[in-house]
Amino acid sequence: MDHWIVHRQTRGRIGREMKFINEFRNAGLARAVAAEIEAIAPRDKRYKIMEICGGHTHTIYRHGIKDLLPDRVEMIHGPGCPVCVLPMGRVDDGIAIAERPEVILTCFGDMMRVPGSKGTLLEVKARGADVRMVYSPLDALRLARENPAREVVFYAIGFETTAPSTALTLMRAKKEGVKNFTVFCNHVTIVPPLRALLESPELKLDGFIGPGHVSTVVGCKLYQFICTEYGKPIVVAGFEPLDLIQSILMVVRQLTQGRCEVENQYTRSVPWEGNLQALKCMDKVFEVRPYFEWRGLGFIAQSALKLSREYAEFDSEIRFDTPSVRVADPTSCQCGEVLKGVLKPRQCRVFGTRCTPEHPLGALMVSSEGACAAYFNFGRKVTDREMDRMTDREKVGV
Amino acid sequence: MVKDSLSEIGLPRRKPPKFTAERIDMSHGAGGKATHKLIEGLLLPALDNPALAPLSDAATLYYNGVRPVFTTDAYVVRPLIFPGGSIGELAVNGTINDLAVSGAIPIGLASALIIEEGLETSVLRREVEAMALAARRAGVCIVTGDTKVVERGKGDELYIVMSGIGMAPHGLQLSAASIRPGDKILCSGTIGDHGIAILIARGNLELEAEVRSDTRALTPLTTALQEAAGDGLRIMRDPTRGGVATVLNELARDSDCGIVVWEERLPVKEVVRAACEILGLDPLYIANEGKLLAVVAPDVADPALYAMRSIAGGEESTIIGEVHSEPARMVLMHTEFGGTRMIDMLIGDPLPRIC
Repeated sequence: MDHWIVHRQTRGRIGREMKFINEFRNAGLARAVAAEIEAIAPRDKRYKIMEICGGHTHTIYRHGIKDLLPDRVEMIHGPGCPVCVLPMGRVDDGIAIAERPEVILTCFGDMMRVPGSKGTLLEVKARGADVRMVYSPLDALRLARENPAREVVFYAIGFETTAPSTALTLMRAKKEGVKNFTVFCNHVTIVPPLRALLESPELKLDGFIGPGHVSTVVGCKLYQFICTEYGKPIVVAGFEPLDLIQSILMVVRQLTQGRCEVENQYTRSVPWEGNLQALKCMDKVFEVRPYFEWRGLGFIAQSALKLSREYAEFDSEIRFDTPSVRVADPTSCQCGEVLKGVLKPRQCRVFGTRCTPEHPLGALMVSSEGACAAYFNFGRKVTDREMDRMTDREKVGV
Repeated sequence: MVKDSLSEIGLPRRKPPKFTAERIDMSHGAGGKATHKLIEGLLLPALDNPALAPLSDAATLYYNGVRPVFTTDAYVVRPLIFPGGSIGELAVNGTINDLAVSGAIPIGLASALIIEEGLETSVLRREVEAMALAARRAGVCIVTGDTKVVERGKGDELYIVMSGIGMAPHGLQLSAASIRPGDKILCSGTIGDHGIAILIARGNLELEAEVRSDTRALTPLTTALQEAAGDGLRIMRDPTRGGVATVLNELARDSDCGIVVWEERLPVKEVVRAACEILGLDPLYIANEGKLLAVVAPDVADPALYAMRSIAGGEESTIIGEVHSEPARMVLMHTEFGGTRMIDMLIGDPLPRIC
């Protein structure tokens, strides 16, 4: 028993997985893959590859993958951190709900420190609001059952990765007839922001590392437009460091061979067609919003989900009055440029000064998956080296 | 009475940070950056005195040629009992450890119990017995105390405040300022056990695992280390809240040196590592209650390690890193994967009320 972690409901043993994880952290193999990238990447070219997913950004910094890559292969951090792309107005709405005396607001831990225009959920909690961290929407539903006299709200965030678990929770709530449970839905979808990014004239990218967790739900074929319409290769990647560096090699290989395809590195988890059952649940519970604001990227059509008519009774936005006021980002904050890969986090004018993980001004500093927080926490030494290579214009972020 | 010891300790005075938060939130109790700001920005300016200024685990006082070492700690852990220990045992061990890492032998403890109305007497009796047993094991007595009862809902069953007094050997000088490039960083065993044991004991994650808190008194380890390393011992710390990462950052900051650690050398139990992977936590930031971090001169590193390994609770002692001149005031980790990354202090609060 000593080496096992057991999932209480399924009695499934998780401990064995660690062996599985260690295999994906093999430094010898990593060096071999890095050597191949070094060998095949033409010396006269610079490749800019965007990892879309915040989880990948975190892996890159946590394991120091940048140190293994040649300078001419540069990673740009994309918009795939759901906490980071949430606009301030939505944070304010969540806070307004949390401040109601009858409400227990539940959310994932990252969400607690996201700054709205009037502070964070953590600060509202200190002022007396009942804000609780949960690891799963099912925990929120359990709280609702245990506190029938209170209104339990789940602050739902995330791409298609977390949307199915929200959907299943709502289906269960409906089946059980739980009346004091609602969801403040901030789920977003992966394709519209990618399209918006690709349409952006400032963007100069050569290829993409596709998000792994999202793709376990949506599959790979969804990304074909990136190749056919925009001529960029994309490789869907897993989250262990060896997954990532292998995926970078696969992108570089496509580039050097003049290919442009959707490839799947994460075959152990990602089916080409996606998880049809999960998609079916989402279809039942959610419908697409006509438009949704993304922090740094602006309004993007059909890029987010709300509860469908069938589930409207569980919609916090219908049950409670929310201010729904659009709040502009602080003007000094350059999250948008960083999200689009135009600026490196270090080049933002408030990075590390007025904006730190402790007191985040912009959303990218909040979540450990945010590009700026990852840079700040793990990568400052690396960026010093980069600073030396930058021109003065680049250093001031012009 | 208390004479100015700042010059002796040689700590550089830092500009105190401003404490700007309008209210105290949970992150101020997590032992990381926010706690530092609270202490240095609000408490220290008001209370400033030479014995407090180094902000060490315990204060060394000077009185008529003797050097008593004095400390206090509050325990608010939830649940009261967890695998490997309980609040009573934790309170005794934790307070002893603050004295032990200051190089002192504990000579007396004082405990204040804050009890919530309605607490079962059997629970209180059990915890008091746990306190007595832990104190007896460490060869120290609880010599005074206080008891308060608060209304139901105003406390969470039982809080314990424990103070301790000890005596340090004559001439002992432990401080971060004595740390030099080339020094070795020793760790007495696996990290993150206590925090993960508490997290799993709370039972609100759908996880079960056999992880026990590492709560234990460090006096045998610190005594053995002091004997083995002699003048080569720079400083000892117990990495509680904020974990090993926060202590290493404090050492880097206070010594003006860079600290380099190797991920592959960090001792982490497989089950703790697995739990951290699942929960998105980093064992470097998870609290320990019976681990010793020590910085020693390179020439005494081997005998120090040998001495630590010969003591119960120190069998898995290992060198996890060393002191470099660069990057000054920062902690750098060579990852198992072959890269490098910075390690910052704890920010925010991964798990409230773990001790």
